[in-house]
Amino acid sequence: MHIHRYEKLWLIIGSLILLVFLAILAIQTFYLEMGPPSHAEMMDPQEVRESELFADAELTEIGDNEYEIAIVAEMFAFQPGDLEIPAGATVHFTLASPDVTHGFKITDTNVNVMVVPGHISKVSHTFHEAGEYLILCNEYCGLGHEFMANTITVN
Amino acid sequence: MTHITDVPIRHKGKAVTAGAIAGISKRDSRLSIANLSIAFIALVIGGAAGLLQGFVRSGFLELPSWISYYALLTAHGVLLVLVLSSFFSIGYLYAGTSRVLGGLADKTVAFGWAGFGLMTAGTVIAAFFILSGDANVLYTFYTPMQANPWFYVGLALLVVGILLNCVGMFITYQSWRKRNPGELTPLFAFFSNAVFVLWVFASLFIAVFVVGMVIPWAFGWVPTIDPMIGRTMFWAFGHTLVNIWMLTSISAWYVSMPKIIGGKVFSDSLARVAVVILVVANVPGGFHHQILDPGLSVELKFLHVIQTFMIIFPSLMTAFAMLATMERAGRTKGVTSLLGWWKILPWSDARFFALIVAMLAYIPAGLGGIINASNQVNQVVHNSIWVTGHLHLTVGTTVMLTFFGISYWLIPYLSGRKMTKTINRLALAQTVVWASGMLLMSGAMHFNGLLGSPRRTANTTYNGHSAASDWALYEMLMAMGGVILFIGILLLVYIWIQLAFIAPKGDTDFPIGEDYNKKDASPLFMDRWAIWVALATLSIAIAYVIPLLDFASGHSPGSPPFLMP
Repeated sequence: MHIHRYEKLWLIIGSLILLVFLAILAIQTFYLEMGPPSHAEMMDPQEVRESELFADAELTEIGDNEYEIAIVAEMFAFQPGDLEIPAGATVHFTLASPDVTHGFKITDTNVNVMVVPGHISKVSHTFHEAGEYLILCNEYCGLGHEFMANTITVN
Repeated sequence: MTHITDVPIRHKGKAVTAGAIAGISKRDSRLSIANLSIAFIALVIGGAAGLLQGFVRSGFLELPSWISYYALLTAHGVLLVLVLSSFFSIGYLYAGTSRVLGGLADKTVAFGWAGFGLMTAGTVIAAFFILSGDANVLYTFYTPMQANPWFYVGLALLVVGILLNCVGMFITYQSWRKRNPGELTPLFAFFSNAVFVLWVFASLFIAVFVVGMVIPWAFGWVPTIDPMIGRTMFWAFGHTLVNIWMLTSISAWYVSMPKIIGGKVFSDSLARVAVVILVVANVPGGFHHQILDPGLSVELKFLHVIQTFMIIFPSLMTAFAMLATMERAGRTKGVTSLLGWWKILPWSDARFFALIVAMLAYIPAGLGGIINASNQVNQVVHNSIWVTGHLHLTVGTTVMLTFFGISYWLIPYLSGRKMTKTINRLALAQTVVWASGMLLMSGAMHFNGLLGSPRRTANTTYNGHSAASDWALYEMLMAMGGVILFIGILLLVYIWIQLAFIAPKGDTDFPIGEDYNKKDASPLFMDRWAIWVALATLSIAIAYVIPLLDFASGHSPGSPPFLMP
């Protein structure tokens, strides 16, 4: 099998670029902890609404401008509804679905995670800029999918 | 009717010389024509659904109450990515394999028709339940959303039909090898076999999932289902499907394009290496669709990112081989200037023009794919309409334009007609129309996705939210692109009808390129598919054993069904 000199060069350069690219991804993932949300914890979808974690959940301050909230993603709403937080606040979201698979996306941020029934998803974000952010479901979840949205207002 | 063993010509060497067998037996051609006919019907109906979606999403059109946006979306996905691509690849690969191996084996034709029957029945059943509004689950049919159980039966029949076609192809391939000991199979047959090996891997995942899990659950025999196992099995199938289209497409780039431009295959052996890497490394790529899923560890996801990136290597090889083929063709015609070979390519030959535009589209399409698969970067684009834009560049532009280009020689080859100058001009125009429609629509989708607009969502202003109002402009551009694309489909239908029934009778060849360097043969073990299947199984095991065992033993409570609608 003969490989042309130029092809060797092309493939070596291409592979090196690929390796550098992978190395950057690895550094971001493992040293800067920018990896994608990957929480592993299970919960029976039929018990989500009554569970201690999700029933009557509300925004709770757990530290200096640090909050947590448990949100039920269901057909076709996020419960509880619209949220309000001060600028600079870090919010830890805990999510679960009692029915089908949903998506949890906050526009103008990188918050984007799947909510698969049976699993609990977690994602955190610090809201530096004031404004009204749109939270929407970005995984098709049924005929009312396009109505599944909330806002989070940062003052 | 010619029995395969009656054909006197035995092809020596790696690439079958042009004209060795220019024709195709009526028996083999009927099978291909049947498959292609269904593919074309799927394109027209699926394309029309796409056009309507563009109008609905941009707010130009409100659908009557008996059909939802999501039914159209399901029809668009199932008919185009599943039905069109499978029927077309079977029709095309069976015809080409018959051409290079001197006819299909008797059993192959029997398996082919049985497969065709099951696939067609499955398609009709699935399409019926989609259009009657009983299967608004999209082509990914993520459980625990549930469609009418017979929709899944339709899908299962389609997949079993594909598996029968795989068996058919393997029979002809292996019987040729037995009759030609010590010889390499022709490159086209090698590609063809590779595509059907991938179909087997893809089909097994989806068949186990649909038949073993979804159907018992949909009929109510089993109360719950584990959605994560479903997502994982679906994408093992779904992403393999992507490489099935790609491998089918690049078979035309590697084998037919050189002949069309008056050159030769740049390197038969390196083409085979690229094919083998695609087959071995492909299936685990499915995991990059699950980068934002819960229940999979960061380390495991990174392993899958590495496995996905292995697919990039054969694409680099393909990029080099295509340009090298074109340059060599020009050099042998006496071109000495640096880029003169590019200018003298047969730009006015629609077969070539469609292929090269497809190749050019593959550059941004591939780059977008690398972005999507880049672990944390995926958070920026996941499930945004950027991904829809990416799909329309890869399958919508690269694969479709290649299929259209193939049809410009395949249809007249099968119908015993010739392309006229007028049809050729129309086909050139079709390519320009299609590429511009996709550029506009897919470009708008990419930008809109970066602004956060979700994919697979009907028209909504999210209560007049300012973020959503920024998307309106792009949604209008998407609809305009959709209109241009539908004009492209109408043009194409006209061309196909001409080539199939009206164009003057004559001999059209199925272009098969010869190897540039006869001495540079591949080792014979390249044809021993047991090796590649074993390596592919190993790479699948590395990717899938841990997560699937994890889900299966994780005492998942499971989900009851939620009927759609």
